[in-house]
Amino acid sequence: MLSLLRTIWLVFLHLFHKKATIEYPEEKIPLHPRYRGRIVLTRDPDGQERCVGCYLCAAACPVDCIALQAAEDENGRRYPEFFRINFSRCIFCGYCEDACPTYAIQLIPDVEMAEFHRQDLVFEKEDLLIDSEGKYPGYNYYKIAGITAGVKETGQGANEEPPVDVHSLLP
Amino acid sequence: MTVFQHILIVLGVLFVLLTIAAGLIWVERRLLALWQDRLGPNRAGPLGIFIVVADTLKLFFKEDWIPPFADKWVFVAAPAIVVASVLMSFVIIPFSPVIVIADLNVGLLFFLAMSSLGVYSIVLGGWASNNKYSLLGALRGASQMMAYEVFMGLSLMGVVMLTGSFNLQDIVAAQRSMWFIVYQPLGFILFFIAGVAETHRLPFDIPEAESELIAGYHAEYSGMKFGMFFIGEYLGITLISAMTVTMFFGGWLGPGFLPPWFWFGGKTAIFIGLFILLRASLPRPRYDQLIGFGWKLLLPLVLANLLVTGAVALLLKK
Repeated sequence: MLSLLRTIWLVFLHLFHKKATIEYPEEKIPLHPRYRGRIVLTRDPDGQERCVGCYLCAAACPVDCIALQAAEDENGRRYPEFFRINFSRCIFCGYCEDACPTYAIQLIPDVEMAEFHRQDLVFEKEDLLIDSEGKYPGYNYYKIAGITAGVKETGQGANEEPPVDVHSLLP
Repeated sequence: MTVFQHILIVLGVLFVLLTIAAGLIWVERRLLALWQDRLGPNRAGPLGIFIVVADTLKLFFKEDWIPPFADKWVFVAAPAIVVASVLMSFVIIPFSPVIVIADLNVGLLFFLAMSSLGVYSIVLGGWASNNKYSLLGALRGASQMMAYEVFMGLSLMGVVMLTGSFNLQDIVAAQRSMWFIVYQPLGFILFFIAGVAETHRLPFDIPEAESELIAGYHAEYSGMKFGMFFIGEYLGITLISAMTVTMFFGGWLGPGFLPPWFWFGGKTAIFIGLFILLRASLPRPRYDQLIGFGWKLLLPLVLANLLVTGAVALLLKK
């Protein structure tokens, strides 16, 4: 009997406790920096697209929501001709980010992407590309790649020795 | 008092009661939320009060469906019974020295009779729904009535002994020197427990029991027929709170700087809050536990209360 009264009193005291509700539109949910939200395509420090159109993200995607077409410019640098993500299918698993060899595709802490029309959830490349290096600042794939692709001269890349003149090796 | 004034009082009381019953939708949801560390509906209108309008509109526009397997006329009549019987009980409540619809000399008996009729709506509604969960709810409603009805009436008899009248205005007037809660604390507790069982509110919402019986006796109801059960429940809360205030807390008595109806309303509001607090805090017993509790503990207590009250009243009279 006393325990019932104690229960009632303790529940009454909850009137003065801090409320758990977050009043959403005015007050945002604190999302962690590595939260898996909206997908973006990042750029390298030179402002060029990081994506090399390798299709690994499309292959990794469990719901097949990523579509792209690779192309190559005159210097041999690969880039996606179009890059399309259907966010009405995306499950925000982050496998595309894991699969990406050039840190191009990244998930960012943004969940506010409601739309009135389903078609508006299909994002094209210009919707996905951002003017930022994302979570990996300073990383430039073509600086450490084996090919020049108009980004660097042979031997000028990071972690790269200048080319050896084999004839100078003579004793 | 002229006939016109009387009609005005009847309409005024009806209007205020239905407004309160609707407003309690919002009050209950906000208070429950606060006691569960939430905020509750706070968007529509100031403090979210327009949730009442939204809920009412929703109820009006829902399909008013009568199941083909139901007993049609009983099914339709059942929700009306609960509202009608509870509203009839309000007839004898003195809201202030002048605002009382029928100043019956057997007012208390009238209240007990009318509030007991409410159980018919549960039994008939559950039976007419022709659904096994509804029927189980109806059975539980009937058995619960067995548990509380006896000691509910007896718990008020202590007050009647002290006053010597069944008239509620007399009972209020008898509390001018001291509220009856002081002389009848046990009677108050027992009456309030019986009142919670009478209104089928948590922790005694055994006929409804959404975790076991889905919604019990009103599982098949929709639209405004369900709304009637809803309104009936809130009116029942208001009724039991108003009766508690009248019987034990001095009714409309209070310091003179504010009108009597204010004191009556304020005290009633506190008990409505207590109803909601009970819902927020206590778990539901099994129905055999409630019957055992009622007959083995509360009935002997209420008889002992009567005995002691009678003895003391006799002693003081000599």
